Amino acid sequence: MRKKWFSIILAAAIVASFPAGPATAASVPSTGVTINVYNWGEYISPGADGSMNVNEEFTKRTGIKVNYTTYEDNESMYSKLVSGGASYDVIFPSDYMIAKMIQEKLVQKLDFSNIPNYKYIDQSYRNEVYDPKNEYSVPYTWGVVGIFYNKKYVKEKVDDWKILWDPKYAGKILMFDNPRDAFGIAQKILGFSYNSTKTEEWTQSAKLLEQQKPLVQAYVMDQIFDKMSSGEAWLAPYYAGDAATLVSQDPNIGFAIPTREGTNFFVDAMCIPKNAQHKKEAEEYINFLCEPDIAAANMDYVGYSSPETAAKKLLPKETQENPIIYPPQSVLKNSETYTNLPDDTSLMIDTLWAQVKMGGPGKTATLAAVLAGFLLLYICIVVFKKIKKKRELQ
Amino acid sequence: MKALSRVYLFLIFLFLYAPIAVLIVFSFNASTTMSRSVWSGFSFRWYSILFQDQMLLDALRNTMLIAATAAIVSTVLGTAAAIGIFGMKKWTKRVVMNVTNLPMVNPDIVTGVSLMLLFTFAARILGGSLGMFSLVLAHITFCLPYVILSILPKLGQMNPNLFEAAQDLGCNPLSAFFRVVLPEIFPGIVTGMIMAFTLSIDDFVISYFTSGTTQTLPIFIYSMTRKRVSPEINALSTLLFGTIIVLLLLINLRNSKDKKPSRAPQMEV
Repeated sequence: MRKKWFSIILAAAIVASFPAGPATAASVPSTGVTINVYNWGEYISPGADGSMNVNEEFTKRTGIKVNYTTYEDNESMYSKLVSGGASYDVIFPSDYMIAKMIQEKLVQKLDFSNIPNYKYIDQSYRNEVYDPKNEYSVPYTWGVVGIFYNKKYVKEKVDDWKILWDPKYAGKILMFDNPRDAFGIAQKILGFSYNSTKTEEWTQSAKLLEQQKPLVQAYVMDQIFDKMSSGEAWLAPYYAGDAATLVSQDPNIGFAIPTREGTNFFVDAMCIPKNAQHKKEAEEYINFLCEPDIAAANMDYVGYSSPETAAKKLLPKETQENPIIYPPQSVLKNSETYTNLPDDTSLMIDTLWAQVKMGGPGKTATLAAVLAGFLLLYICIVVFKKIKKKRELQ
Repeated sequence: MKALSRVYLFLIFLFLYAPIAVLIVFSFNASTTMSRSVWSGFSFRWYSILFQDQMLLDALRNTMLIAATAAIVSTVLGTAAAIGIFGMKKWTKRVVMNVTNLPMVNPDIVTGVSLMLLFTFAARILGGSLGMFSLVLAHITFCLPYVILSILPKLGQMNPNLFEAAQDLGCNPLSAFFRVVLPEIFPGIVTGMIMAFTLSIDDFVISYFTSGTTQTLPIFIYSMTRKRVSPEINALSTLLFGTIIVLLLLINLRNSKDKKPSRAPQMEV
């Protein structure tokens, strides 16, 4: 009888603990509205080390609280949004992802009467290919892709992508660890578009990347900074926004944008997902981030380029005149923006990329054979042991 | 031979602790380029930045809150479950143990995705969205088997007659449990709880799928990888490592103090 009582008390305790959970979670937004903002990691001024805490400033001005969370790439943001369970009010996808989300009706049209600060956005950054009528997005940052090089070891002039294929620098070359950017470089060398839908063009690029593979030290993303500043690697393609800080701190490191072959011009813009719960407040947040002084504070921390001339003017003079962050128009002339590729094309690129990194279909077959061999061996051992045991029992 | 074994031991400790040592050293790096490999002088710069970074502190607070709740709840549930399982018949015990071990041998990604599907399904029916609560539930789920596993052997080591002896001497079952069984299995409970706590702190995969709009520390750190993982994280990891070392030392000190008086009466018996 006592045992029963004990279990009843225990069950009651478990049940009682349940409401306690959501109560603590809900106590944060009890006053006013909280918007969920989903941005890239380290892509806003955080308020440390003398910079402005942008989210706190927004709450101070409007009374709207911000639940600010971060992601590491477009694809993981997309999957989080699609898989459900989380509703965001403001997101910051890149160009091609915006096109994809518009197509899949995952983002909604903005009410620009709530975003008067849109007037600060320069004409040249409006109506880009990913959002031709500019109904869904407000640009936040932009940038280009270029090549980092170590001046001590790379004496020649760096002005085209082919230098990443130069056997002289074997083992000292780094490469993007994502298919779109890595293939993009090969596409430009071959003179193709980033947004090509022709299978043969992509297979040619894959062949080019396979040729480059023996020269490549590693396929990396953020480790580029460490490997470049320590001299472990001499050549690496990366985003210009991140280059400025590294170049200004380390006189040995240079940065070049291949103008002749052309480079990737990318935009990260603010959008509101379809299932946002506080659209009006989200628009207020977007409007706030377009405020020139706020945009300037963000760009000063992030290092990427602002689409607002008014914000650019508030930045330190050396930043404004830095050709890496604000390259002249002549550099951008040949640049191209990514757009959303059809599903079968992106699937094909992913497969080709896997082949490049794994070393072609031949190696996959050997790997499978080795694995099958191990499995067979394991089964043999198990069967042998069983037989032995049976014999011992008899 | 002895020298060789010393070298071997040294190498093992080197491989175990060199990464942590490097991390601690670089948390004091004065470099402003956020470099993790070039030393440019000693400073507390990253520590001061760390304590100004509201986003990071929020993520840390979430992680700690979740870990503490998950550890406490899973310890209570796990203790009860372990005692129940221990009293079962051989076959039921086997079946139940297999069921409880399943989340442990299951790849994290499978647990994560299936929990996410379950939670989004439940959220659709009951309303609400994923967040702190779903994270705590998920963490309790994967911590439970570890707690059960660390308590069961302690129950096995216990003299099965102790419980009955206590009742013979006038305890009712409840007070016999609290006065006799609980102290006997207490070390197992503490181990289970610490294990649950640490597992919860460093879980990434399951949290990633079940977090909704809440961010824990591992997710926050991972999201830095497009740009650079800031050396603040070195500073934070150093502090966490230091705290854990101090905690471990305290526990060990307390244990060694406890052992002397508790052993003595046992000897007399």
